[in-house]
Amino acid sequence: MSKSAASKLAEHVRRATGVDVAECYQCGKCTAGCPMARWMDVVPSQIMRLVQIGDDEAAARLLSSAAIWVCAGCLTCTQRCPKKLDPAAVIDALRELSYQQGKVPASQRKVLAFHKAFLKVVEKAGRMSEIPLTALYKMTSGDLVSDVTLAPRMLVRGKLPLVPKVVRNRRQMKRIFAACRKGDRL
Amino acid sequence: MARIGVFICHCGENIARTVDCAAVAAAAAKMPGVVHSADYKYMCSDPGQQMIRQAIAEKKLTGAVVGACSPRMHEPTFRRAAAEAGLNPYLLEMANLREHCSWVHEDRAAATAKAIDLVRVMVEKVKRNRSLYPIRVPIEPTALVVGGGIAGIQAALDIAGGGKKVILVERGPSIGGHMARLSETFPTLDCSQCILTPRMVEAASHPNITLMTYSEVEAVEGFVGNFQVTIRRKAKYVDWSKCTGCGDCWAKCPARKIPSEFDARLGARTAIYRPFPQAVPNKPVIDREHCIMLTKGKCGACAKACQRGAVNFKDQDELVKVKVGAVVLATGFDLWDHSAYGEYGAGKFADVIDGFQFERLASASGPTGGEIRRPSDGQVPRTVVFIQCCGSRDEKVGKAYCSKICCMYTAKHGMLYKHKVHDGRAIVFYMDIRAAGKGYEEFIRRAVEADGVEYVRGRVSRIYRRTDGKLIVRGADTLAGRAVTVEADMVVLADAVVPRSGGEKLAQLFGVGYDTDGFYSEAHPKLRPVETAAAGVFLAGACQSPKDIPDSVAQASAAAAKVLGLFARPELEREPVVARVNENTCVHCRACIQACPYGAVEDHEIRDRKGHLVRTVARVNEGLCQGCGTCVAICRSGCIDLEGFTDEQVFSEIATLE
Repeated sequence: MSKSAASKLAEHVRRATGVDVAECYQCGKCTAGCPMARWMDVVPSQIMRLVQIGDDEAAARLLSSAAIWVCAGCLTCTQRCPKKLDPAAVIDALRELSYQQGKVPASQRKVLAFHKAFLKVVEKAGRMSEIPLTALYKMTSGDLVSDVTLAPRMLVRGKLPLVPKVVRNRRQMKRIFAACRKGDRL
Repeated sequence: MARIGVFICHCGENIARTVDCAAVAAAAAKMPGVVHSADYKYMCSDPGQQMIRQAIAEKKLTGAVVGACSPRMHEPTFRRAAAEAGLNPYLLEMANLREHCSWVHEDRAAATAKAIDLVRVMVEKVKRNRSLYPIRVPIEPTALVVGGGIAGIQAALDIAGGGKKVILVERGPSIGGHMARLSETFPTLDCSQCILTPRMVEAASHPNITLMTYSEVEAVEGFVGNFQVTIRRKAKYVDWSKCTGCGDCWAKCPARKIPSEFDARLGARTAIYRPFPQAVPNKPVIDREHCIMLTKGKCGACAKACQRGAVNFKDQDELVKVKVGAVVLATGFDLWDHSAYGEYGAGKFADVIDGFQFERLASASGPTGGEIRRPSDGQVPRTVVFIQCCGSRDEKVGKAYCSKICCMYTAKHGMLYKHKVHDGRAIVFYMDIRAAGKGYEEFIRRAVEADGVEYVRGRVSRIYRRTDGKLIVRGADTLAGRAVTVEADMVVLADAVVPRSGGEKLAQLFGVGYDTDGFYSEAHPKLRPVETAAAGVFLAGACQSPKDIPDSVAQASAAAAKVLGLFARPELEREPVVARVNENTCVHCRACIQACPYGAVEDHEIRDRKGHLVRTVARVNEGLCQGCGTCVAICRSGCIDLEGFTDEQVFSEIATLE
């Protein structure tokens, strides 16, 4: 399935996401539509190119980039890619690698805190839950004050349920998380 | 009693190195029925051929086997020699002792034994050979050209110039095709009409060309040299023999708001119309879908205006049968419909236009008289964005292939815009520039360097309309590594080139193959680029693949050369290797008729002297049969044989090997 001459990084991305970056012909439509591109130090089409190259220099630049954490995961790139590729999934795989190798830049510490808080809440409750997520995020990031003025209005509109909802079979969630930690694909 | 001669060739050292040729000849001499056997260093040389001729004459041979190279190499040579000595050429067979033996073996003794077997097989076969005679098919030296664009016109003119008759069929009311709609042409900026219209007039007035406009091919029968084509002449509702093309009728027509196909829907036309002022023939037709008289039963304004009484609302479609020997398909292309691109406005923004619409805006004969004015409000756009590869190179929504012509015409569009709106901005989004052609790269550089067209490398992700009417184009500049937003007044999409609608049905009528995108398939991508799998049917222009004008014209001339080559002979001579049905045992199950890929097997009625139908059987049309053997394999009563390869021959070959 994999073509020859794929870099180690490209091979890792293919195994993790099913995306063969060799198919990318650098049209730039992902960058063109990306709402976060102007805040990225490496834009989506360049991320795809650097994975294609995949040498140490390219990997170092990618894994310590802010861009992979700036990505909002809106999937506009994936939706419009004329080659049916999934750049958003590639970025996801890079985030994971970056975290494993301890290369998350200091500037993106809060994004990482949010990711961790999000996963923790999902692991415990089996679903996203606003109040525990916010609380956990604010404790771990130290970012206590931002957006708090939104809370009253959200409460009024029922966007902040005071009793967190949980799924019935939380044991199954545990198993999913355990399998992921072991590196198995489900 | 069979009297077979065997001739073993050494092929210099080629065969003799591994095969003992003298031993093979000696063994052959002892085979039943063999009365003469010899070996020689070069059997294909003149002395070698003389040996064969002499033996045939002196020994009164009834058949001959030449043990030498592949029949693809020298079968015609040896069969000609046999014919010169008075032996029917199909009574000579070749045993391939080179490719099938000496070249692929090393053991001399085993190779010699195999060579003897190969010769024995052929001796057994040739004993059962029948005299066969080439099939001669007369050729009707008239060509049919389907499509009246520049490719069709060029092919017709070249064939007519070669002294042969041509029937040029065009679906629309005028010939000229897309080229008549273009403003100027790359890479010289020649005015398209100025170079095309003289050709159109020449085609119409050429004594060898019969023009059939407003007509379509309805049915095809026959085969190379002898096609019978039925052409539907659509009702024009105007008697062209009376019409002078004065224009009184369309001046009076009250149905005035029909979008003009010629002006890519940017202009309007009447129901009785000629597509454009330089149309050939320069006479109107009535569009029956929009004519008030023909749809509602009352109006007749055109008939009242016509002083010649040429308007005839009772006109009917007419089916015309023509006999032609060869066909050139030149059906051309359409633009891909970009409404499939939701992110580009799904075709709903008036100021997001396609390449043909820009051509009409830039054309002196267009709806704006050559001024670049945007469709929505007629304002002159200050910033125009051109987007290449719209639908091309997009396997998800569009087409996987490159449409080839867009790089060049987009550069031309940018240039024409800058020539007309000096202070305007022309911004081209491109993925790659494919400018391989004479003067093409120079043309692109001229657009950038001399005319100031701005090139941005990247695809556009989205176009949306802001409330103030500006079109916001969100693209990328991949070379700078950033997203780019342009506030544009008009956007021109270089839509993919797709085959003309209805092309697949036409291909099926003629037995021509087409690819998954609908482009007609050539017989060989490199060595037979204008032929098709259907003998006598040739291709010209963009119906085969996206092509610009020079390529279309070149291919049209090539197709014309092929047609003239075919017509240079009074009749076609074909190998008689065709299927033959034993009508005594045929049960008329029609399995062969269904199976034949060439439509060569037909029903044949056997009648007695009084004309009463006795039986119906299958019969093979020798002109169509390609000798593939499919019918032989499928025949359940075993009554079909392939001449030269009959079951009897093949079984005797196998049987002699034990």
